[in-house]
Amino acid sequence: MAVFTRPRQAFVIAGALGLALSATACGTGDDKKSDKAGSAECAAYEKYQGNDGKKVSIYASIRDAEADLLERSWSQFTDCTGIEIAYEGSGEFEAQLPVRVDGGNAPDIAFVPQPGLVKRFADAGKLKSLGADTKAMAEQNMPADWLKYGTVNGTLYGVPLGANVKSFVWYSPKTFKEKGWEVPTSWDQLIALSDKIAASGMKPWCAGVESGDATGWPATDWIEDVLLRTAGAEVYDQWTTHAIPFNDPRVVEAVDRAGTILKNEKYVNGGFGGVKSITTTAFQEAGLPVVNGKCAMHRQASFYANQFPEGTKVAEDGDAFAFYFPAIDAAKGKPVLGAGEFVVAYADRPEVQAVQTYLASAEYVNSRAKLGNWVTANNKLDIANVASPIDKLSVQILQDKSGTFRFDGSDLMPAAVGAGTFWKGMVDWINGKDTATVLQGIESSWPK
Amino acid sequence: MTTATPTVAAGTQKTGGTPSTAAGRVRKRLNSRTATLVSIVIAVVWTIPTFGLFVSSLRPEDEIKTTGWWTAFTNPQFTLENYQQVLFGQSSSSGQLAGYFINSLAITIPSVLFPIAFACLAAYALAWINFRGRDWLYIAIFALQIVPLQMALVPLLRFFSTGVSVGGITLMPAWDLVDEQKFAQVWFAHTCFALPFAVFLLHNFISQLPGDLMEAARVDGATHPKIFRTIVLPLITPALAAIGIFQFLWVWNDLLVALIFAGGSDETAPLTVRLAEMAGTRGNEWQRLTAGAFVSIVVPLIVFLSLQRFFVRGLLAGSVKG
Amino acid sequence: MEFDFADQQPKLLMLMYGLIAFVVVVGGLLLLLDVVPAQFARRREAQLVAASVGGGPLPRRRKQREGLFAFFFLLPTLLLLTIGLVVPAIRTVLLSLMDGSSTNWVGLRNYGWMFSEDSIVRVLINTLIWVLLVPLVATTFGLIYAVLVDKVRFEAVAKSLVFLPMAISFVGASIIWKFVYAFRGVGDQIGLLNQIVVSLGGEPKQWLLNSPLNTLLLIVIMVWIQAGFAMVILSAAIKAIPGDIVEAARLDGVSPWQMFWRITMPSIRPALIVVVVTISIATLKVFDIVRTATNGNYDTSVIATDMYNQAFRYGQSGRGSALAVFLFILVIPIVIYQVRNLRQQREG
Repeated sequence: MAVFTRPRQAFVIAGALGLALSATACGTGDDKKSDKAGSAECAAYEKYQGNDGKKVSIYASIRDAEADLLERSWSQFTDCTGIEIAYEGSGEFEAQLPVRVDGGNAPDIAFVPQPGLVKRFADAGKLKSLGADTKAMAEQNMPADWLKYGTVNGTLYGVPLGANVKSFVWYSPKTFKEKGWEVPTSWDQLIALSDKIAASGMKPWCAGVESGDATGWPATDWIEDVLLRTAGAEVYDQWTTHAIPFNDPRVVEAVDRAGTILKNEKYVNGGFGGVKSITTTAFQEAGLPVVNGKCAMHRQASFYANQFPEGTKVAEDGDAFAFYFPAIDAAKGKPVLGAGEFVVAYADRPEVQAVQTYLASAEYVNSRAKLGNWVTANNKLDIANVASPIDKLSVQILQDKSGTFRFDGSDLMPAAVGAGTFWKGMVDWINGKDTATVLQGIESSWPK
Repeated sequence: MTTATPTVAAGTQKTGGTPSTAAGRVRKRLNSRTATLVSIVIAVVWTIPTFGLFVSSLRPEDEIKTTGWWTAFTNPQFTLENYQQVLFGQSSSSGQLAGYFINSLAITIPSVLFPIAFACLAAYALAWINFRGRDWLYIAIFALQIVPLQMALVPLLRFFSTGVSVGGITLMPAWDLVDEQKFAQVWFAHTCFALPFAVFLLHNFISQLPGDLMEAARVDGATHPKIFRTIVLPLITPALAAIGIFQFLWVWNDLLVALIFAGGSDETAPLTVRLAEMAGTRGNEWQRLTAGAFVSIVVPLIVFLSLQRFFVRGLLAGSVKG
Repeated sequence: MEFDFADQQPKLLMLMYGLIAFVVVVGGLLLLLDVVPAQFARRREAQLVAASVGGGPLPRRRKQREGLFAFFFLLPTLLLLTIGLVVPAIRTVLLSLMDGSSTNWVGLRNYGWMFSEDSIVRVLINTLIWVLLVPLVATTFGLIYAVLVDKVRFEAVAKSLVFLPMAISFVGASIIWKFVYAFRGVGDQIGLLNQIVVSLGGEPKQWLLNSPLNTLLLIVIMVWIQAGFAMVILSAAIKAIPGDIVEAARLDGVSPWQMFWRITMPSIRPALIVVVVTISIATLKVFDIVRTATNGNYDTSVIATDMYNQAFRYGQSGRGSALAVFLFILVIPIVIYQVRNLRQQREG
């Protein structure tokens, strides 16, 4: 505390030092140039020019290796246009974004995975509606089904970006071949197969819903997938918009049907223990026993391909692959549950709109797809650029006109339910609570 | 004196050494060897969880996931691989904690100095300057301890990002900080949040300094700043050190404040933010988590162990009637 | 693999700016306090001289200047507290009377919701369990250990070990304990607790799933952290009891048990109060432990975690704020107690 006793000297020294430092700091200006701007490879970015040296911040939940790919995917764009993209990914995205937006510190662009959250920001007047170029690009490239989810009260705010297919069951083609099991194409076959596997002494299913502060979401996907199959897309839409109560008898039936697998001690939880171990098994780990032969099937989205250890061959004739989660009622068509993220903007500066337009363009989606591990509903995606078999299958399913696509329901509901009581309710349900009580609890929590 | 708040005597008193303290009496009933044994056993039990983490952090990935850490003693397999990955890995999927480590330092040091200095001035005023309503002011500051900092995040962020204006007149412009300049926001936030507790403890301490000392100085014509500098500050050095350590531990271990005000980019995010990310993305990758957790513990541990003496003496002085 | 130190330079430069700012602000304030009063004194001297010469009334003394000093001493603290805590607290109270999107006034509806929703009542009960148990258990343990460890061999080492968890963040501590409570349904146990159960011939359990045991297991984490704090402070207080008091009591033939209750306890009462108050407030605000260990699932949620979820994750800032206001109310007893203490102190 010697500083306290001699304030005068300290003051003078500090002042002198401070001046010197600020003088040097001012000398280093940032004059980055887009030196490639005129070259041939930049021809495609002609329409985005004129924003040299501008900075656009993007905030999303994508991080780690995936984030690396993301930054590489737009590197040519940034080189050619001179727009600098400052990307930040956070696992706390859903909680942090509202804080930043309310605090007046919103990013220019966010990739929001929940249409419910897009609606919340749009209703609060925080989002900018799309610029004319972006809107034209989006309407040209995106299926109407998807644009619907980015639209709030008739205004398009969110342009779909990545997508994933959730109606998948992971299995090991190798094991199936060895044991002589057939990939089931109907619900009855699925149950028959499960019984057969269970009789052979192996637990047919494995599952895990632990996911940090999002614990429970994999179970909500199960329910949604089953509901789409038993009750059909219309009822599903009514359910997600609360036109019918959350605990409608048809929903109860769907949950109970999911329970015949998830809460069946004979079926689960291969490689981890009993039914209750589902709640504490991390979703990242839950499907791994498929590869080492401790479990036969794992229902999880296409992105689960990334979770298998290095050296696992993910292909139709490999160590792991996925089949379409079979339909239950042929009359309800071939439903596909999926999800994805939406590009929304909190600013409407030209460079922000340029980035937004670019992200909806054919150049971007193909650039990103070439790097692997990525699927989009954008119809400009050339399937030749999709390398991995599972991504190819996903794209085929997404582009299949005969399928009925529906967005993950928990992402459509108000967050208090979709990211709150629904998740928690599913955890309680697996942990032993009965269906009626759990659904009643969720119904009563729906914000009025 | 029947005060419930502290007196200074203990602070300057030599601790230990007196042969027959009350505790000593009680303890004599027990066999002293038993007491020694029991207290050591408890201390060891207390340390086992941390020790388990440490052992785990040195084990290979497969081992951590399949067998308990205690089996490492019968079947020793150790590796520094986890630390290697966590500290120096440059692919952004592994840790690169070294850079975050420096961020943590840059955030922590000023966040410790500012609140202590301000709290010290305030505590002196609340204890020794006569002005109307000072007791109520003190109680109000004390009560502010309960405001959950989560609720302060949004308004404070708005303060930084939009500034303050009353009726269209801008009193303070937006800060508009970029990259490492954001540290300033974190310092500011931590200082705000630390003040109530720091004022509470320092007031307990300063108000119990002997009044005669102050009075004598006043009679000699010393002003408040002079008394503060020449009499109070030297006397409360241990208390300052104690609160300094306390605040250091708090800031170093903080996650939420850093997340909001520093952001998650590698230019500004501290260790804790990165560690939480690792826990989140990596799921149950215990090998990185254990090593990362241990890295973040090491610094506070060193600081604490080396300054423990001050800590105990300082808080004691601030809270105990002699 | 390589680590580029040059990248770190701007950060260190910023740190230096911070330190300079510190010296400038604090040094400047003290300088100001030195210079201004001196000028005041000169001016007042002049006034005094003028007054005595002119025979007018003497200017008002002292009081005003005390106030001025106090103002400058308190200025930074009050300014920061107003910006950082008072304004947010007022805002929280206002928000608690509004709906989720903070656009319409809804009166006390959020408070009604708080007490009518089963899951939230559970949260309130949990918080109550926390705030009753943690200070009690941590302080009691700390006190017993402080008495026990007094002057045994290895005292310093033993105390350091018990105090060590204080240096670990809540998140870190929760990770450590999650590891202790870990469960494997198949194969070897990796969690210590289950291993102990298994080796005693029991069935391994998923400890964090069963209410209300899981809340108690989370409380163990908090006690593990805070007991060391209580122990160190109380131990120091015990050592500070003057030897002659103890000696006198001993000569009176007081039994050790009586000694503890009549001499030790009254002597360390102030220290005990600081410990209990500090731990109580920390417990009321407990957030990271629950969030890291269970995320509030399985009926373990407490006010702070639910407040965070409601306000930020669910977009229900009204409800979140109402929970925060409930925290303010819970601290009132402690505040009243402090007021009483302060009164006693001023009178004594």
